[in-house]
Amino acid sequence: MTALQHVKLGTYYVVHMPEPDDFAFWRERARQLVQCDVPPDRVAWVEPGGNGSLFSHGDKRLPVPDDATRMIRASKRFLSIAKNVAHHSDPERFSLLYAMLWRLQSNPRLMEDKADSQVRRLEDMDKSVRRDAHKMHAFVRFRMVGDEEGPEGNGEHYVAWFEPDHHIVRREAGFFVRRFANMHWSILTPRGCIHWDGEVVRESGPAQKSDAPQGDPAEDLWRKYYASIFNPARLKIGAMLKEMPRKYWKNMPEAALIPELVAGAQKRESEMVDAGASLFGEEFEDRPETLAAIDKAIHACRKCPIGSLENEAVMGEGPDDAALMIVGEQPGDQEDLAGKPFVGPAGQVLDAALAVAGIEREQTYVTNAVKHFKYTQRGKRRLHQSPTAKEIDVCRWWHEAERAIVKPKVVLALGASAARAMLGKTVSISKVRGEPMPLDDGSELWVTAHPSYLLRLDGDAKAEQERLFAADLAAVKERLSQLVG
Amino acid sequence: MEHMAALETIQKLEILADAAKYDASCASSGTAKRNSKGGKGVGSTEGMGICHAYAPDGRCISLLKILLTNHCIFDCHYCINRKSSNVRRAKFTPQEVADLTLTFYRRNYIEGLFLSSGIIKSSNHTMELLVETARILREDHDFRGYIHLKTIPEADPDLAHQAGLYADRVSINVELPTDVGLTRLAPDKNSRQIEGAMGGMKMAIRQSKDERKRFKHAPRFAPGGQSTQMIVGADAATDSDIVGKASRLYGNFKLRRVYYSAFSPIPDASAVLPLKRPPLMREHRLYQSDWLMRFYGFAPAEVMQATDADGNLPLDIDPKLAWALKFRGRFPVDVNRAPREDLLRVPGLGTRAVGQILASRRHRNLRLDDVAKLTVSVAKVRPFICTVDWRPTLLTDRADLRSLLAPKQEQLELFAA
Repeated sequence: MTALQHVKLGTYYVVHMPEPDDFAFWRERARQLVQCDVPPDRVAWVEPGGNGSLFSHGDKRLPVPDDATRMIRASKRFLSIAKNVAHHSDPERFSLLYAMLWRLQSNPRLMEDKADSQVRRLEDMDKSVRRDAHKMHAFVRFRMVGDEEGPEGNGEHYVAWFEPDHHIVRREAGFFVRRFANMHWSILTPRGCIHWDGEVVRESGPAQKSDAPQGDPAEDLWRKYYASIFNPARLKIGAMLKEMPRKYWKNMPEAALIPELVAGAQKRESEMVDAGASLFGEEFEDRPETLAAIDKAIHACRKCPIGSLENEAVMGEGPDDAALMIVGEQPGDQEDLAGKPFVGPAGQVLDAALAVAGIEREQTYVTNAVKHFKYTQRGKRRLHQSPTAKEIDVCRWWHEAERAIVKPKVVLALGASAARAMLGKTVSISKVRGEPMPLDDGSELWVTAHPSYLLRLDGDAKAEQERLFAADLAAVKERLSQLVG
Repeated sequence: MEHMAALETIQKLEILADAAKYDASCASSGTAKRNSKGGKGVGSTEGMGICHAYAPDGRCISLLKILLTNHCIFDCHYCINRKSSNVRRAKFTPQEVADLTLTFYRRNYIEGLFLSSGIIKSSNHTMELLVETARILREDHDFRGYIHLKTIPEADPDLAHQAGLYADRVSINVELPTDVGLTRLAPDKNSRQIEGAMGGMKMAIRQSKDERKRFKHAPRFAPGGQSTQMIVGADAATDSDIVGKASRLYGNFKLRRVYYSAFSPIPDASAVLPLKRPPLMREHRLYQSDWLMRFYGFAPAEVMQATDADGNLPLDIDPKLAWALKFRGRFPVDVNRAPREDLLRVPGLGTRAVGQILASRRHRNLRLDDVAKLTVSVAKVRPFICTVDWRPTLLTDRADLRSLLAPKQEQLELFAA
């Protein structure tokens, strides 16, 4: 063995690292030692402040190789991993790297053997350094000192306090320079600090948390954002902890909110459900499957505030296999008292028009979009009030149950409220009347005015609207004849 | 006065961030590399997006994700901002959003802005405001961070084009997996218009890429591509429907991502929607199936084969395991000989583990112990592989294999909660 020419048997070497992350220094020394065939168990690598006295018997003067140009083998993969591992906080990192470099001389493809335990350990350290760097990019929180007024980035100074696991501060300066090139900033850490003045990066020694500013007014906005963007209906604390472990929380202004957000989440979610449910009553069960069951259910329905007024639900009326379904808005005063749809003044207008068009009401299923009478009390009179879009949408549940049983071929909606119950959106009668629209159950929808609208008009306007109403009914009659024969 | 103004901003932020939380995406990856050197402002993008915080819902906070306004003239039933909903409303100006973005960015809270909006006045008017916000950031402040603009399919194509010139990513939500669902729950929207707008974006992105090959200074157009979002559980669509729709969207529009958002019970929801949320696990299983298609060589039809009789993916086991249990004849796979495609089919082996197996087996004949070092759970992998010292003689034929491999029921509840 030529090694013995240079290495005295039993000689032990010590390399003192000038900086904890000085990869270039390690590489030079390691190359020299491999060239002299110094095996890994004959070298100690000591980082600054490390316990070098254990190795006091070691020789600090390294052997000089005969041939300084002798090729040292190191795969690309090893070099790229080694550069990262040099930043790790494990005191054994440089020894481990040397051991691996030593083994690479006889097995240049060793790094590919992922099942080798030293390879795995290096890979884990590499991963840990890269993760630490990534978390630094993510979790550094600058606080502004000075004044935000003035041109971009001048007059103000941004200072952050961060506690990295590894010796990565110098390594990551470039990221912050590229991102915040036109700001003045400092990142203070217990492993040393970096400062940027828009021109050069300056380094300084370790700092303490108290050296950094203690707050920033923008943090209130940020905390508000953090609390608001969180969806309490989907609590996944494990997923959060995996990516943002507790050790980082103390330096992140938003993290102080986490305990109360988690504690309040289930409460907030049930409030969200209740906010819907309080309007709807208890949750909807399955749709009733007979008209009688619907009749019973709507009498008990308190899913919107109308159901809580002094009134009775009014069920639709007509054959359960009618080809035509006519839908009005809601029962009026007289319908509420009679418990039947379209028996008041508007009902009389409708009956007359149906007769003229040749449509038999007895063969038709007549109902309303909203099942209860909505009114305001004026003295002894109950004045009609239009249902809100929300109330129509809530009652759509019942109307759709009726439609699913009767299965009409044609649905005639009287007025905008009825049209909304069918379409889910508010449409203009004048734009949609006269043409059928397909519904998702295969039936077709025709829309015309509500007869009570005709009652409120007079003169030419009334005549014109009556003509249009009659024409719509005639068109429906013709279509029915085509469909039913 | 200044105090009053600050209070107002914080209240608006609360309302408009709250309204944006139903959007699943917060990604800031995959755009062109830029930095602020030589410029006047701040910002850089280096390929990989950064999650600057995680919320207790487990989601990454990468961008300032807000609505410009939650006023809306549309009436989509699943949406908290629907016209007929009784939520508190607020509106930011483009300048306010730009200022807030910069305030957050300079403190390293975010990677950039994800801006969406309710429709006010008209689709075009709203789109103009979104574009103006991006313009202020890019031109007035030389902002070089990430911008994602949600574009409005009903708006003028010229406006959508301007959005693409300022933004890293544009997205248009398809909202619901089926046309029937869309007609029923989003009556003001129309799938043809949505897909037409996505097609327009695809063309513009492709054209810009071509131009940049020939002219170095041709303007970039949405270098981070386009994505979309589908709401899961608001209508009757099955997982098969959803997977089919997603694969068509990937194919037709070259989307970077299809996001799934489990329908959340939203305050003031409409009665045509289920009040109970679908299990969050369902959303998770859909994302897993998305990964199978994008990284594991599964065809959409193969993912659909993994569904149960009702057309939905099993909730108790992941789709890859479900597929393997249905096609046991494809196993065991010999880790020392099998090609990459076959290794990728083994439940419990990820792309990384497969890569490591391929590299390691050049050096040694892998034993079960070696595989154990490369995977998270060898117990899960074992029934589907053979090594020099292991062959699952009876295991793959056992009828109760599924129950042996499925996680414990309590655990599922914990995850689903």
